[in-house]
Amino acid sequence: MDILIYGIINSVSLALMALGFTLVYGVSRLPNFAHGALYVLTGYMTWLFMNRLGLNYPLSILLSLVASACIGAAMYYFILVRVRGMPISEIIASYAIGLAILEGLRWGGLKGATFVLPPFIQGSTELFGVSVDFHRLVVVAAGIVLVAALWLFVNGTKIGLALKGMAQDERAALTLGIDSDRMAVIAMALGSMLAGLAALVLLPLGTIVVEAGYNVLIMAVAVCIVGGLGSWTGAVLASFLIGFAQILTVAYLGTHFQVVVALMAIIFTLIWRPSGLFGWQKELEERV
Amino acid sequence: MSVETRRKERIDRGIKVRSDGVYAISSWREMSYLMVPRLVFILGLLVLPLAFYYLPYWQRVISIICIYALLAISFDFLANYVGLVSLGGGFYVGVGAYIAALCNTKLGLSPLLTIPLSTVVGGAICTVLFLPCLPLRGVYFAIVSLMYPLLAARVIEALDIFGGTDGIFGVDPLPSGWVEQYILIVSVLLFAFGMRRIVDEDVGLVFRGVKDNDQAVKASGVNITTYKALGVFIASTMGCLGGACLVHIYMWAGLSQFALDFSIIPIAATVVGGGGTLIGPVIGSMILVPISELLRDFGTLRIAVYAVILTLFIVFKSEGIMNYATRKYEQFERWVEI
Repeated sequence: MDILIYGIINSVSLALMALGFTLVYGVSRLPNFAHGALYVLTGYMTWLFMNRLGLNYPLSILLSLVASACIGAAMYYFILVRVRGMPISEIIASYAIGLAILEGLRWGGLKGATFVLPPFIQGSTELFGVSVDFHRLVVVAAGIVLVAALWLFVNGTKIGLALKGMAQDERAALTLGIDSDRMAVIAMALGSMLAGLAALVLLPLGTIVVEAGYNVLIMAVAVCIVGGLGSWTGAVLASFLIGFAQILTVAYLGTHFQVVVALMAIIFTLIWRPSGLFGWQKELEERV
Repeated sequence: MSVETRRKERIDRGIKVRSDGVYAISSWREMSYLMVPRLVFILGLLVLPLAFYYLPYWQRVISIICIYALLAISFDFLANYVGLVSLGGGFYVGVGAYIAALCNTKLGLSPLLTIPLSTVVGGAICTVLFLPCLPLRGVYFAIVSLMYPLLAARVIEALDIFGGTDGIFGVDPLPSGWVEQYILIVSVLLFAFGMRRIVDEDVGLVFRGVKDNDQAVKASGVNITTYKALGVFIASTMGCLGGACLVHIYMWAGLSQFALDFSIIPIAATVVGGGGTLIGPVIGSMILVPISELLRDFGTLRIAVYAVILTLFIVFKSEGIMNYATRKYEQFERWVEI
């Protein structure tokens, strides 16, 4: 029971981390390696708004989400748009931006245990004989709500449908009058906001540390690759696979192996089925 | 939008055209046109340790520059000639470092023996470990190679082998500072010019074919995995050589040899110096590593500075210093009316 409940919580957190990454990649083929940096940055901004400016919790959450969306959009608009279409430059440029943010934050004094966000609801409860924090239940709820909301957004609104069109076939979308650069900016803003949302939901469980940025990036990439880059169903499924695999290794092998599992999952998936469980790329296009 | 009425025209200098042909060896002027940049580079590197004779700290920096230069050449070769973008330079360094340290402490071999040994054996080990991912390309290979050093460090930590998180202590140093620096400088020169020769040979043509259109190469009946493996072997020997020297310089092998620095700085050096030139990466690391030494007091800020330099170069000046300089040296520009 222990493993089941914490497995579900872990899987939902992984899905939260990966949603933004897979959204951006799915729409604009842009592997946003600054994803982890945006995650940490949003958490830090919220902390700043609360403790330095004395704003209340909901307001600072709202502000930092808007700010992270703006940062994501600006990143695309000023920098990444210039290297569009050169996959390697895209990776290096976005990774470099992420590094600059993370190491800049570390230099600016983001270390130690002083940076803590309060949980939304204090206390814990018993669930089938296992004690669970209320906040962890909030994480699961947030995950479910977010996936549902995204599904509705993509299938129900005009912008969402345009994003979907871009993801399926960029050229066809262009001929239908969808501005691909504008959509990419929107996707980046949304993706950064999702990274920020994930941070705000997950960070109260621990402290805000720079290392989280790298871990989130690795986990997001792992989930997206195992699930198939750009596929949402795949991403959710893969986060459950990796999430349970991690909890099982922690229970039976020790915490050291937790990251090893994710990395091995990536390597095996790439070797065995590079397009991932639900990837739609053709065999020939991605491997020789 | 204003309509441009003039554009820049680039024309090869006369002396460049003349010295391209056999005519070059019949005139001192053409010969020196060809020789001077190369000699400046070679002699400049060779006298570097002498120039810093009274500054022992900076002599150590020269060795570090050379290690990063080796890594940068290997990144440049893999990315721009074989088409495999390897973000995991740290893996080569780590493998070379651990092999050298183990040979030295467990088998008692002298540093002059462990360095060549770990270069070759390390290259072979890296090639075997990368073999399963060689069919991948582009973004996929980049991501997997980024995972390798992380995975290696975690596995060593989790299994507690090779000294675990503490690392291996008590590695012998090289006989003297001069030996250390000249081994590295000479190997940088050998590899830089050797690689330039290799990419112009038949093997190099196949490498470039694999990069440009692997399907076509495959269709011509060439086994591309063999060539990719060969490319990874060549690149990883350079990384392992760097790692082995690093171990004997610091007299210690540890998890930090799989660190991010060894993956990110060579990439930055290649982008700054100019990709595809094989000399550019050396120049790039000669610029970036001293900057990082000057910024050492600021801790992790130096990685942030690198990242910013890298972003600026890749976005605004993606050709790099070397390509820019070559263009200026070989061509002149003028405005022409359209």
